[in-house]
Amino acid sequence: MDRKDNFVAIKHLYNRAAFGISYPELTKLSRKRLSKAVDTLFIPPKSPQALTVANHEEYRAQQALLASLGAKKEQTPEEKQQRENITKARNEKNRELNIAWLQLMMTTENPFLEKMTLFWHGHFACRSGNPYFAQELNNIQRNNALGNFKTLLLEVSKSPAMLDYLNNQQNRKGRPNENFSRELMELFTLGRGKYTEADIKEGARAFTGWAYNKAGEFEFNPKVHDEKPKTFLGQTGLYDGEAIINMILDKPETAIFICRKLYIFFVNDTPDEQHIAELATHFYAAQYDITAVMKKLFTAEWFCDPKNSGNKIKSPIEFLVNLSREFHVTYHKPQILIQLQSSLGQYLFNPPNVAGWPGGKSWIDSSSLMLRLKIPSLVLNDGVLDFDGKADPEDEAVIALNRKPKPKPVKSYVNAQASWDQFLASLPKDMKQTELAAFLLEPAIGKKIIDLVKHNVNLKNTAIAVTSMPEYQLC
Amino acid sequence: MERRDFLRKTAFAAAGTFFVPAFMKPFEALALDELSLYKNLVVVQLSGGNDGLNTVVPFGNDIYYQMRKNIAIKPDEVIKLNDMQGLNPNLNCLRELYDQGWMTIINDVGYPNPDRSHFRSMDIWQTASDANQYLSTGWIGRYLDSNCATCNSPYTAIEVDDSLSLAMKGNSKKGIALKDPGALFRNTNEPFFREMINSDKEHLDEDNLGYLYKTMVETSSSANYIQNTSKIYQQNYVYPATGFSNQLKTVSKFICSGLKTRVYYVSLSGFDTHVNQNNQQGRLLQQYAEGMNAFIKDLNQNNKLEDTLVVTFSEFGRRVAQNASNGTDHGTANNMFLFGGRLKKQGIFNPAPNLGNLENGDLRYQIDFREVYGTILDKWLDVNNGDVLNKRFNTLDFI
Repeated sequence: MDRKDNFVAIKHLYNRAAFGISYPELTKLSRKRLSKAVDTLFIPPKSPQALTVANHEEYRAQQALLASLGAKKEQTPEEKQQRENITKARNEKNRELNIAWLQLMMTTENPFLEKMTLFWHGHFACRSGNPYFAQELNNIQRNNALGNFKTLLLEVSKSPAMLDYLNNQQNRKGRPNENFSRELMELFTLGRGKYTEADIKEGARAFTGWAYNKAGEFEFNPKVHDEKPKTFLGQTGLYDGEAIINMILDKPETAIFICRKLYIFFVNDTPDEQHIAELATHFYAAQYDITAVMKKLFTAEWFCDPKNSGNKIKSPIEFLVNLSREFHVTYHKPQILIQLQSSLGQYLFNPPNVAGWPGGKSWIDSSSLMLRLKIPSLVLNDGVLDFDGKADPEDEAVIALNRKPKPKPVKSYVNAQASWDQFLASLPKDMKQTELAAFLLEPAIGKKIIDLVKHNVNLKNTAIAVTSMPEYQLC
Repeated sequence: MERRDFLRKTAFAAAGTFFVPAFMKPFEALALDELSLYKNLVVVQLSGGNDGLNTVVPFGNDIYYQMRKNIAIKPDEVIKLNDMQGLNPNLNCLRELYDQGWMTIINDVGYPNPDRSHFRSMDIWQTASDANQYLSTGWIGRYLDSNCATCNSPYTAIEVDDSLSLAMKGNSKKGIALKDPGALFRNTNEPFFREMINSDKEHLDEDNLGYLYKTMVETSSSANYIQNTSKIYQQNYVYPATGFSNQLKTVSKFICSGLKTRVYYVSLSGFDTHVNQNNQQGRLLQQYAEGMNAFIKDLNQNNKLEDTLVVTFSEFGRRVAQNASNGTDHGTANNMFLFGGRLKKQGIFNPAPNLGNLENGDLRYQIDFREVYGTILDKWLDVNNGDVLNKRFNTLDFI
């Protein structure tokens, strides 16, 4: 591969594995072979990465207060206020957590790790009103993002956020709740059609007693565990939850299911079953080592095929993070990031349901596309966002308490600042307008784009124009 | 003309028509459909889980008063419809519509294994899925996808809001969200936007980039069509000055100006009344009733009520017993309202909720909400409901 091809390939790699790449870094990396560039993605971070917005002490204090309030039949106005304060504090923390993660993605030196975390965030989709639980699950997904899938699956299954969300907390001997067992098989591992309704029922019995305690920590409760034999996927035995997970992982279908999702996320919306089978065989043989399968994916011959580049619609998060990293954007009023996520249809920590965001073309409708085309000029030129996002259904109680029937239409200054000096200084001195367009866009630039930018007098205008094009929505 | 020449000419002509792929043709070029009876559906979403029992009050049932000591609506305040049920006094404005035969109430609508999470239950209502099924398309979106004779334009479904609800998203087609037709028109007529869609046709294939351009072209065509069609209409009817009424006013403007849109979607938010319910719910119900009163009478004056069906839903009702904070918690089955000039069964459609036969303190549903959707799809939107709801649902006799 010559230098120019390598430049294109590494740009593609960083668009998919990270959130784009700066010009100097791209120039530096394109001196290396592609496989070496892939290896650099996997260098572990210098210090452990984690979100640390919520903390355990605060959670325990709130729980203790809630427990004491819950025990009383009649509450004084003061006690009601205390309860309301906790809800308010948690909502506030949830927003902080959301912004903290988004800003981590925008500034991290290990973007691949965050991209993988984002993948698992969508795969093990979960909503939790409790910021401490939500943060813990997110950190599990990050810690194991490139580790072993079995460890990741076990830790997710034992996290209070997921135990709550999929009702395993209520799953008891004699009164099984099948929700977790069903989603475990349908959405997390095997995929629809690879198990029976009876497997779900038996699986649910094996997970009885998987719960968290008052301290918010996983604790197996033998008293409510169903110890009788279960017949699962054609075998009978005294299975507990971990045994069920092992049996699910023994099925190659699980490797295929995960690899199909990886392929759709990192390679192409349209799955290629042969390529997926290649990945799955490798993943299964490597005993579900995620690093192994991701190296295989990025170094596969087909990864850089023309049909696999410049043809994926960026998710709202990819779009926002990509834009912000590219131009070193500072958000002076980070709350705007929540409004943007919600308006664009991907509000982190708030997936539509346990199946996660459907992705691909479903990101785009007339209004979300119009907003996407407008965002670069708003963010890069500090414009006014005149767009009223929908209320999240979970916020209805807060809206109900407000005097006003509907929050006023929001007219917010984006109040963001791009570092143009930094961006322009990173470009070659004699860079042409069309070269900048080609660098910022993944799809090949045609006559239309060339005509639109070639007479520009400065690169800044070209950058704003190019990022406002539909082509910039693709990576 | 020699035969060879002729062939060459027709081949050339054929190539010319293929040059612009079919899906890219601006719809202005399509022949306007000649549907004489243009039927509109207006979906009204009450978000947060409206308390159905304090909306249509079962004042004839003692259990209601026993279970809601502080928040029950007193019998003498209820607007009585029969000797069992009546309207919350804040719905006073609906009475006139009810008396005209323009309103139907369906009791106890729900679905099996109900979910009490706002998000999940709204998801279920919007996608028309089973409780344990996850669909990424909405029921109106799939109606658009079905390619039926009545839904072939990009403005077939309009949501009066800034962003589009899942209900309106199909696989290949989606509704359009707009709060203000003028603003969308200005945006799609900005020079840069026009330049992007007017220049060459190099990206107009069926891949993702083609999809983006197709969406832009359709948005622009729709914006022009909606703006140019609706701006000539002079709206005289006076609506209350609330956000909800404004949405209905916009819908009325679209309907009365003859826009060839089939489905409109509006919503009113804030019904999650866990605490001190009566003031909050009362205020919202009043806004709802005042808006609806203006809307229905406006349509009637313009001879459009016969062509319009309005359906109101909420993601769930609330528990039968009140809670300790003079509010109610998340429940299950709920009533739905229908309005229009061609209702077959006016008034109360089916028996009142049976408060003596609850399931863990919740109402049991009598009617699956997909039977209501199914009826609307079959009898109003002229499409086989099985094609949209993934399986066939029985239809009801309300239209």
